[in-house]
Amino acid sequence: MSMLKLHYIVPGDDFTRAGEASGDVKHKLKKLGYNPTAIRRVAIAMYEGEINMVIHAGGGEAFVEVDPEKVEIVLVDKGPGIADVSKAMQEGWSTAPDNVRSLGFGAGMGLPNMKKYSDEMTIDSVVGEGTTLKMIIYAQSTKL
Amino acid sequence: MDKFFHSVTLDESKCVGCTNCIKRCPTEAIRVRNGKAVITSERCIDCGECIRVCPHHAKRAKHDHLSMLDRFTYKIALPAPSLYGQFNNLDDQDYVLTGLKKLGFDDVVEVSGAAELVSEATRRLMDAGKLKRPVISSACPAIVRLIRVRFPDLCDHVLPLLSPMETAATIAKQEAMKKTGLPEEEIGCFFITPCPAKVTDIRMPIGIERSKVDGAIAISEIFPQLSNKMDKLHPDELEPLSNSGIIGVSWATSGGESSALLKERYLAADGIENVIRVLEEIEDERIGELDFIELNACTGGCVGGVLCVENPYVAVARLQRLRRYLPVSQNHLESGESVPEDMNWEGELEFSNVLTLSDDLARAMEMMMEIDEVEASLPGLDCGACGAPTCRAFAEDVVRGNSQKADCIFVLRKQIQQFADSISNLDGGILPKDPD
Repeated sequence: MSMLKLHYIVPGDDFTRAGEASGDVKHKLKKLGYNPTAIRRVAIAMYEGEINMVIHAGGGEAFVEVDPEKVEIVLVDKGPGIADVSKAMQEGWSTAPDNVRSLGFGAGMGLPNMKKYSDEMTIDSVVGEGTTLKMIIYAQSTKL
Repeated sequence: MDKFFHSVTLDESKCVGCTNCIKRCPTEAIRVRNGKAVITSERCIDCGECIRVCPHHAKRAKHDHLSMLDRFTYKIALPAPSLYGQFNNLDDQDYVLTGLKKLGFDDVVEVSGAAELVSEATRRLMDAGKLKRPVISSACPAIVRLIRVRFPDLCDHVLPLLSPMETAATIAKQEAMKKTGLPEEEIGCFFITPCPAKVTDIRMPIGIERSKVDGAIAISEIFPQLSNKMDKLHPDELEPLSNSGIIGVSWATSGGESSALLKERYLAADGIENVIRVLEEIEDERIGELDFIELNACTGGCVGGVLCVENPYVAVARLQRLRRYLPVSQNHLESGESVPEDMNWEGELEFSNVLTLSDDLARAMEMMMEIDEVEASLPGLDCGACGAPTCRAFAEDVVRGNSQKADCIFVLRKQIQQFADSISNLDGGILPKDPD
């Protein structure tokens, strides 16, 4: 089965570029004629993850694999890690600094939204080493 | 009727094959082939950006002429609200409307009046809570077409109401039939248009099978004769024709339609590039808490249309003066909560996949990998010399089979270099030296 692999470096030092990787994935999925609902879910879930990497982890890398059945997004960073994943999953819980809150981020909806918009999500995080987050969105999923 | 009628067309004799229009087109619909611009019909949304940007005036908007009036027994002008912004010192719409009658129209029905009904219908639909939020305005035909080709997931957010132009035509024809006893086909409705997208919208409407508007005459075409008639008007000749208020006239400018909803949670964006950015953000749910999104392809709204004669900002200032002593609204739907059937779209907006690579997803993925490969071998300058707007678009053209790699002058130069090198290699060793 054909598979499209995409790779992005998400820079951590330039907040104004956050969202470019997920924007490019969205644009490519549209060109492919992917299921519109799946495109929207990929775009939102990946955008949230990308923003998180920029806010909390000083950037990272995104690996995206597209095949006709699903889109798999893997976000890898070498940030501080998430001390309490279950707490981070709670709506409204945030450790975002004030400077990004003023831009409307840091509402504590990042991880909950990623969970909501993806079909599968796993978080692998080690404090002091970093976080690897994997999300899968199925093209024909009926979730949402 | 043509499958793809477009108002925006090319005058080949004036086109020099430069890169201005290909760079500006929001749907990448234009390529330069054999030294002339070529518009891909199914991609064009008739926004008119290429007309605006072409320094050689090679892009034109096809529209109807006043001579078309002769085909009808009873002729009605439907002036766009933006028309009022074209005249200096205008403080009464009746000058414009009476002037139109002097040009040969039997009657005038203001589109700004119908706009007030559309505003009221929108308020009713929004209050009923059945529309998907945020609701996106359907008034700008270029935007509706843009959404149709570029934003599949937003199609069901588009307000399913006919435009004020269409509603004005419906009302005008009903009233004229009653008044004259003539059959509908002998009554002609002519929209006085600020833009080519409306010309297209009449020939190939969205949301309705057939438009009730019979022709569209450009503001720029009618302006000289109309202002001449208006100058000669004696105040005694003025007919009390105007029947619209602040809400209707404000539709001419960006923000007018949304402020008429009398709600706070709205956004109004204008200029095609700003609009695209807003649509991207709505798609990603990055703009929350909004009920209504008004989008206009032209800067400033309809006053910025390419068929207007006046600078859009000047037009806005003039409309402010005109609006000053108008009542808020002069047109109202019958009381109740429903919207008249003939104001609604007959069907839903359907996504048109003209920009996707292939109907077959697996094939599309292969093509995208090929495109990535071709793009990697290009210089990435986006110079446009190949006739495509970007190296990426050119790579896509190559993979689609519409261009050859050597159409890129940098690739060609490399190929010539390699060819020259191999010739000189031959010369240096393999070939026997000429004894002389």
